[in-house]
Amino acid sequence: MTAASPAGYIGRSVPRREDRRLLLGQGSYVADLVLPGMVHAAFARSQLAHARIVSVDFARALAEPGAVFALGGAELAREMPPIGGMQVTAPKGWAERVDHRITLPPQNLMASDRVRYVGEAFAVVCADSRYAAEDAVEAIDAGFEPLPAVVDPEAASAPDAAVIHPDLGTNAVAELHVEKGDVAAAMASAPHRIRRRIRHHRYAAMPLECRGVAAEYDRRTDSLTVWSSTQVVHWVRKELAFALGMAEEKIRVLAPDVGGGFGGKGHVYPEDLIIPWLARRIGRPVRWVEDRHEHILNAAHSRDNIHDAEIGFDDTGRILAFRDDFIVDSGAYSPVGAGVAYNTTAHLLGPYHIENFAGGTVVAITNKTPNAPYRGAGRPEAVQVTERLMDIVADTLGMEPADVRLRNMIGPERMPYDVGLPYRDGVPMTYDSGDYPASLRRAIDEIGGIEAFRERQEKARAEGRWLGLGLGCYTEGTGVGPFEGATVKVDASGKIVVSTGACPIGQGHETVFAQVTADAWNVPIEDVVVLLADTSTLTMGYGSIASRSTVTSSMAIGDASDKVKAKVLAVAAHLLEASEADLELRDGRVAVKGVPDMAVSLREIAAAAAPGWLSRRPEGSEAGLEATSYYEPPTVTWAYASNAAIVEIEPDTGRVRIERYVEVHDAGRLVNPGLADGQVKGGLVQGLGGALYESIEYDEAGQLLTGSFADYLLPTAAETPPIEVVHMETPTPLNPLGVKGLGEGGAIAPPVVIANAVTDALKPFGVEFNTLPIRWQDVRAAFDS
Amino acid sequence: MTAKRSVTVTVNGETRTGEAEPRMLLSDFLRDTLGLTGTHVGCEHGICGACTVHVDGEAARSCLMLAVQADGAEIETVEGLADGETLHRLQQLFSKHRALQCGFCTPGMLMTALDLVRHRPNLTEAEIRSGMAAVLCRCTGYEGIVHAVAEYASGGER
Ligand code: FES
Ligand code: FES
Repeated sequence: MTAASPAGYIGRSVPRREDRRLLLGQGSYVADLVLPGMVHAAFARSQLAHARIVSVDFARALAEPGAVFALGGAELAREMPPIGGMQVTAPKGWAERVDHRITLPPQNLMASDRVRYVGEAFAVVCADSRYAAEDAVEAIDAGFEPLPAVVDPEAASAPDAAVIHPDLGTNAVAELHVEKGDVAAAMASAPHRIRRRIRHHRYAAMPLECRGVAAEYDRRTDSLTVWSSTQVVHWVRKELAFALGMAEEKIRVLAPDVGGGFGGKGHVYPEDLIIPWLARRIGRPVRWVEDRHEHILNAAHSRDNIHDAEIGFDDTGRILAFRDDFIVDSGAYSPVGAGVAYNTTAHLLGPYHIENFAGGTVVAITNKTPNAPYRGAGRPEAVQVTERLMDIVADTLGMEPADVRLRNMIGPERMPYDVGLPYRDGVPMTYDSGDYPASLRRAIDEIGGIEAFRERQEKARAEGRWLGLGLGCYTEGTGVGPFEGATVKVDASGKIVVSTGACPIGQGHETVFAQVTADAWNVPIEDVVVLLADTSTLTMGYGSIASRSTVTSSMAIGDASDKVKAKVLAVAAHLLEASEADLELRDGRVAVKGVPDMAVSLREIAAAAAPGWLSRRPEGSEAGLEATSYYEPPTVTWAYASNAAIVEIEPDTGRVRIERYVEVHDAGRLVNPGLADGQVKGGLVQGLGGALYESIEYDEAGQLLTGSFADYLLPTAAETPPIEVVHMETPTPLNPLGVKGLGEGGAIAPPVVIANAVTDALKPFGVEFNTLPIRWQDVRAAFDS
Repeated sequence: MTAKRSVTVTVNGETRTGEAEPRMLLSDFLRDTLGLTGTHVGCEHGICGACTVHVDGEAARSCLMLAVQADGAEIETVEGLADGETLHRLQQLFSKHRALQCGFCTPGMLMTALDLVRHRPNLTEAEIRSGMAAVLCRCTGYEGIVHAVAEYASGGER
């Protein structure tokens, strides 16, 4: 028979299920939801970085036409506790191995006695329209007594600094230290040592859709339905149940279409709890949609580290010791704890074998918007440090940067490789698979080779043109736990219905999980229904953060499918009066091998397995074709990449023009290569934005200077160069599909790749670009130095 | 708040009337008053281009116009592109070239691209990139969008 087998969807660029509705303008985002009787919420947000709240008076606000309800932070604090926080508790293996002191500040849902950053909400108003709600916010009479703003993270950690959370007694709310080998001795005896200060600036996820939450309370059943533009519906539900004292099953949280997230929607925000509380309190549906200014003020920022790094090496470029102490500017709160800070430490060693290492971290509270994970989540900062140092080592020794990297790289023969540090899940870090040197060589080949470039570079310099080559390599722990869930069932129609805790933000999850499921069941992909981002379809889920969904949801779907398939075969064997060993699942039917006519369809099997008088299941077996699995990954699987870029600098303007940009990326087996490619490229362009354009800036009073898209510059199609991505596919041995995570990878390397390329281009001027972003002013200034 | 006025527009060939305060943005009028939520709002200050529609045949940012200014105008939105169940060719090309991920920028991208191709024959890639720079996309890195617009522009359908 030549009939195409439906299997084999994995590995094909299957077109997206999501596209049609989105292209037609029929996507449904939170701002598109209209609920009968709905009111609109707007928040009053602090215009001061640090101040005591003296008074909040709603008399004029409530007199505004259309105003329905108003509430201050102090009253809300009496009704609802602060958010619990998810990543605050450290896994055991981590806590034993990493010296740590963590005392994170609680975050009230709205400021009650003090505001701690510009943009922090201190009151909320509901009104008949968004316009009326904003009018009412303007009419709130609030009095503040300004306090000194703590803006600089180093000054914040000094013993004499004003303390932003007085109960904690310090702004240095977390300190971490981890070490392997003997760094002090190895550093002291190293033939060469260099020290550098390296800064990674503050920028943010900046999804094109701002955040939004809508909620409806049903008095009859005492239940809540909440729509949030979030990556973590189950986490939102958990916090809501706790805050409102309700059973989880009385709360349904859904993420409708979400217009990007990139980690910026990856934790529970105060508004996720406040809007549902308001809906229950007022007895009318409530919708809140953030505007862009509010988003830049209030949605989490990210990165923002200062590193003091030292590296010891010999004449051949072998790294003997590496030490990095850094400070993270956490902003006024720390919504996900010290996880991102430690993630930076865990990624400092990258693809290199370095025996002696120490990493120390201080997380400092300042009067700025809270810092939380954004695509890369601590890794771009680490990779900037290590990859700048690799270039500086090369420069010190007069070597090619590529040679220093290859000299220290872990070869494929050493896999699996024990790094000697714990990962943030508490498990010892073990690079599971891959060929790091091959990826670097490939990136260099793709860009035309080092020698050819150096010749061009030299000729160009003679003509007064400035070309530079930048490299950047990294490893990336992906598919982190603790778990993900999936429920798989064969419903009465014979379709395979899958639900999982993944919350799509544009990646194409509906398509990818349909591929995974269709292959698991050997059915046409049209027979798979995928339900996502809805707590009513799955009891426990985790969400889409940290490059984890393809790994963790796929495994949970596979496990649950195995359980249901075992039942399907048992029922089919009973119906066909055959032995299970003689049966095969194909095209939505179970047939006797070699006798395709002896078959029953999944629909018939579902009917036979159903409870009731007509049931025809084997004696003693349970009714129904449904199973739930919770996949708990043993640890992360390690993706990696090598990048190479060629830039040309315009001396007159300081503009950095990117001539070529190549990333050789390995995320194991790719479920949908086209979508994987899109993820990596989209991430790379975000990284280029971080390298050259995007920056969140504050003045010394803690006022945000970049509160609009006219100030916070996202890359457009015009600045974005064509990007080349080569996919290596080394399957991981850690899961049966061989897949690794890839959502974040692209965003990790470009900042340092461009910094290296610009430094290389301007080598004759002796300027190092160790601070991001790379501004045209600084580039221009190099020519005058 | 000031008294509402009646605003009548022709949207995607259909005459629609609604009430709007003079300060109401055209984007809000389309989305909230007329229920055409395909047009998205990403910044409300004229930079992101997600809200782009055609007003009397020209691309316009509906967040930078008041509804009352559009009284009597012909407006095209993303909802008007498909022919029944059949996607517009540009919509098909967006899917083919993976020019969308989250889809939030997509309506603005489509309306901007149609305007660009209509006004500029024989577009080069550089011209497409600078023309499409009117709309921000945070997801795709633009490559698929540029390819989709290039294929559409070369297909002679203007
Ligand atoms: S919403 Fe109109 S340009 Fe951004
Ligand atoms: S597809 Fe998400 S912003 Fe363009």
